[in-house]
Order: sequence, then structure tokens, then C-alpha cells
Amino acid sequence: MTRSVTTRRKTINTAIAWSIGFVIFFPILWTILTSFKTEADAIAFPPKFLFFDWTLENYSVVQDRSNYIRFLWNSIIIAGGSTILGIIIAVPAAWSMAFVPSKWTKDILMWMLSTKMLPAVGVLYPMYLIFIKLGWLDTRIGLVVILMLINLPIIVWMLYTYFKEIPSEILEAARMDGASLKSEILYVLTPMAIPGIASTILLNIILAWNECFWTLNLTAAKAAPLSAFIASYSSPEGLFFAKLSAASTMAIAPILILGWFSQKQLVRGLTFGAVK
Amino acid sequence: MGKITLNGVRKAFGATDVIPGLDLTIENGEFVVFVGPSGCGKSTLLRLIAGLEDTSGGTIAIDDVDATDLPPAKRGLAMVFQSYALYPHMSVRKNIHFPLKMAGMDPAEAARRVESAAKVLNLTSYLDRKPGQLSGGQRQRVAIGRAIVREPKAFLFDEPLSNLDAALRVNMRQEITELHQSLKTTMIYVTHDQVEAMTMADKIVVLNAGSIEQVGSPLTLYNSPANTFVAGFIGSPKMNLIDGAEAAKHGATTIGVRPEHLDIVPSGGWKGIVGLSEHLGSDTYLKIVTDTVGTVNLRAGGEVMLRPGDKVHVAPQPGKIHRFGPDGKTLA
Repeated sequence: MTRSVTTRRKTINTAIAWSIGFVIFFPILWTILTSFKTEADAIAFPPKFLFFDWTLENYSVVQDRSNYIRFLWNSIIIAGGSTILGIIIAVPAAWSMAFVPSKWTKDILMWMLSTKMLPAVGVLYPMYLIFIKLGWLDTRIGLVVILMLINLPIIVWMLYTYFKEIPSEILEAARMDGASLKSEILYVLTPMAIPGIASTILLNIILAWNECFWTLNLTAAKAAPLSAFIASYSSPEGLFFAKLSAASTMAIAPILILGWFSQKQLVRGLTFGAVK
Repeated sequence: MGKITLNGVRKAFGATDVIPGLDLTIENGEFVVFVGPSGCGKSTLLRLIAGLEDTSGGTIAIDDVDATDLPPAKRGLAMVFQSYALYPHMSVRKNIHFPLKMAGMDPAEAARRVESAAKVLNLTSYLDRKPGQLSGGQRQRVAIGRAIVREPKAFLFDEPLSNLDAALRVNMRQEITELHQSLKTTMIYVTHDQVEAMTMADKIVVLNAGSIEQVGSPLTLYNSPANTFVAGFIGSPKMNLIDGAEAAKHGATTIGVRPEHLDIVPSGGWKGIVGLSEHLGSDTYLKIVTDTVGTVNLRAGGEVMLRPGDKVHVAPQPGKIHRFGPDGKTLA
């Protein structure tokens, strides 16, 4: 028996899906709308949804008060750097776990993931001391390393899952065809794993971009990325919602745009192997 | 040249001996089939020859040169896998070209060889397609094309036809046999299908639990099986193996009679009732429950119209009874 889906049902389902999507997106939409309001409109009650005096004043104030480009540049270096470093370390690790597993491979993977279950604040104090010793406080290199470390388990897990999907017979065929290990990786393995590697890179950039705990605690002024840029607008004199919103919009805009254009790749990457 | 010599080859996975120790010589140009039930070690043996698995003991020589520790790429052998193992991101042309690229062959010569391999295998019009756009049979041809371009010392086939449907399997079987006749290169072919083994092989190696039960030409194995295992494995339907008093009459622990060597006789012989009859048109397979020797299979002509419940007498043809001793080995 086939399961028939009536048009009415389809319409209802679509409406529900859109509602859920809207609820999830609403805080971001509200932030963007607020960034175009005056401070008075931003805290007006009842809230004004679309009918207010649209203004770009907040953006110019935010740009005057702090150097957006410098924060943006730090974010790019930290997110990009930690991702590249993470991939360089994780690719060989995931290869060996996927293709030459030992009896401890599963345990090592679980152990790596278990570090993600630890509250970050639990290791803040030792980390802070290590950073002082290394002279890494408020440096980009320090943040690149720490963000690489906290995201490494996820990168290794993701790559491991993608590599597991590549049938080992194909790699054996390459070996039979006379390929050296280098040629095997270069001509056969990597091209086949590119979708997986690409979505891992994308996800990791997003995670590193949005990271707040370490970026806020280990930076002051020099290496502060966009997360610190937003935080700097919650001042002791009181909140300026419109300016805070403008700062937030500027901080999330680049990653939102990147995410929008790569959403197909991301969805494919995250559901890879879910259906055989 | 493609002579392969296995000397005391052993393979263990952990504490389990998959191949306890095995000697075998494959002569240049021979078509050798490894046959046996699932888990008998035939694929493992092929992978040891290929170099995809390391031996736990013994030596493998290719053309009298020790190759035991050579990596697969250096052995000069080509392999066709059960799953075809084509490179999904490369076109058919690039797939076939890949081994030549790895060998660093001159591009013009490589292109010529790819074209001629494609012509032999009827792949010329598919050269620019990706493997995903091909049917199972075409993929199998590409896999064979990739193997033949580099003119290897020997071809290794690991159950290459088991993913194809029945009609295509018969075609590909004939194509591989014809390929062997024209190339005259050594081929080692692993299968669990004894029809493939019987029709293709110059020499069949029957494996059981990692050991060789018998090596010989298809007809030698059929006519003079070395033991009850080979007797039961080669031939379809299976040989009837009969123990007890009837065997003792022939001075053996077990006797074996092939279904095609049992006749329906008007009287005498073994009395029984037809349990099941399968009419294939050309042949009729009968399962007969006898009073004296248990259930036996009989292969009769297509014109035999017996039905379940019919009473019959069956008797083995004279001189077609195989005798086995208490250890299962054939008695002289």
C-alpha cells in the first residue's frame, strides 16, 4: 500500500516547517531589525516590528567607536588558522583510524569525543596559567592553537566518518595498479574525500568564528575577534540595544553569508553516509 | 611470463590459522580457478598472492623471484575485484589509463593502449562516461580493461561475476575465457560457483578450511575426486554419498554415486518413493526416498514424468561408483 499525502496535508506540513524555521531564525531577524532602530525604538513597548524610523546611525557610531576591520581580521585569522592547522593534523589521524584500525581505535575516538563533554571553564585556570607561561595571552597564535584543540575531536570524527565511506577495495585497486602511497592519497583518496573535507572545513570555520568562551577569556585588545567586539557593547553604563545589535549584525554577517552560499555542501556533508 | 610458486604459505589472523600452510605451483599461461565454500580461504590466498595481505609464513615467488615482501605495486600483477573497485571520480578513459600513468608510460603510447583495450572490450563509446553511468556488465569490462592495459604477468580475479545477473554472467564467463585464449596470460580466478570453475579452468584448486583438497583438471576432479569433500563439491546436483551396509558391500566406508549415474530400473536395485521432482525441460531432478540407502538425488532425462509418491527402483550404473575409506579418501 502506498502512503498517499494529500495536498492539504502537504500545505499544513509546509506551514509547520516554515513556522519552526521562523522561530529559529527570529532572534537573528530581530537583531538585524533592531540594528536599524533608534535606541528609543529599540526598547519601545509594545515592540515595533517593521514600522519605525529606519536609520543607519548605529552602524556609523559602532564603526567610529571601534575598529571593526581589526576585529574582523582577527576572526578570519583565528577561524581560518585553527581550521587549517586542525585539518593538517586530523587528515592523517583519520586516515589511519579508518584504514589501518587497531583494537583501540574506537576507544581513542570515544575518548577524544569525551573531552567535548567537559565544561570548558573546568580547564580555564590551568589553560590561563599555561598561556601566561608561553606568553600567549591576547595573541592570535594562542587562540589559533586553543580553538584548533577544542575543535580537533569534531574534525577527526567527521573526517573519520567520511573516510570510512570510501570502500577499501578502491584503495587496494590503486595499489594493484602500481600507485605508491603518495599517488594513492593524491589521485584516489583525496578526490573521493573532497566533499567530506570541504564540509568539515566549513563547519569548523563556523564553530571557530562563533566561539566565545576562550576568545573572551584569553584576549584583551590585540587579538580580540568579533565575539569580543560584540561583548564590548555590553557596558556597565547600561545596554545600548540598537548599537549592540548593529555590532552583532556586523559580526555574524560574514559567516551568515558563507553559510548561505555553502548550505548545500554543509547539508550534504552533515548527512553524508546517513542513507546508503 | 607469469609463473607463481607458493611454498609453505601460511596466514593467521590473530590466533586463527586461515591458511595453515600451502604449496602450489601455477604455470605460465595457465587458467587456475580457486574454488571452495565461503570462508575456505580462497580470497585470502588470492590477496596473499596480490600482496594485499602479508603472509604469516612461507614464500611466494613470481617467475622464480621471491616476491613475499614486495608491495602489490611492484609485483606486476593486475586484479579485478568483486565490487569492480573503479575510481568513481574518473572517466572510463582515465580509469583504464590510471595504471599506465602510475607506470610513467609515454602519453601517446598510453592513449593508444587505452584505445585498443577499449576496442577489445567494446567500451569505445563509453570512454568519456563516469563509472556511475554504466551498467554492471560495462563496469566489469572497465575493471578488466584497467587490468589488461598494463600487460601484467598474471591476472587475479576475485569473484568478478557474482554481482551480475545470470544471463550476463554466462556472457562474461565466455568473454573472460576468450580473453585468456587470446592473451595467453596466467589467470587466477576465485569463485564459489563450481559451474564457473568447471567451464573456465585449465586447473582447479579445491580449497577447504585453508588447505588444498585436490588440484587437477575439471574432468579429473569430476571423474576421480580425491576424497568425499571434492566429490561432494564438484558436480551439480551433488554426488550422493552413502554410508553403512550398502557401502560395506563394495568394501568401502562410504560410496558415492553422481545423480546422473543413477538409473531408474524396472526392478531390483534400491526401492523407493519419489519425494520431489523438478522438471527443467532438458533434465528432471528427482529426490527419491529409498528403503535401504536413505534419500538420493537422481538426474533423469526431460521426458521422465514421475510425480511425488510414485514407487520406483533405482540402481547405480556399473563402474560409476566411487569408493571412499574411513578417512574420506578415495580407495584405489
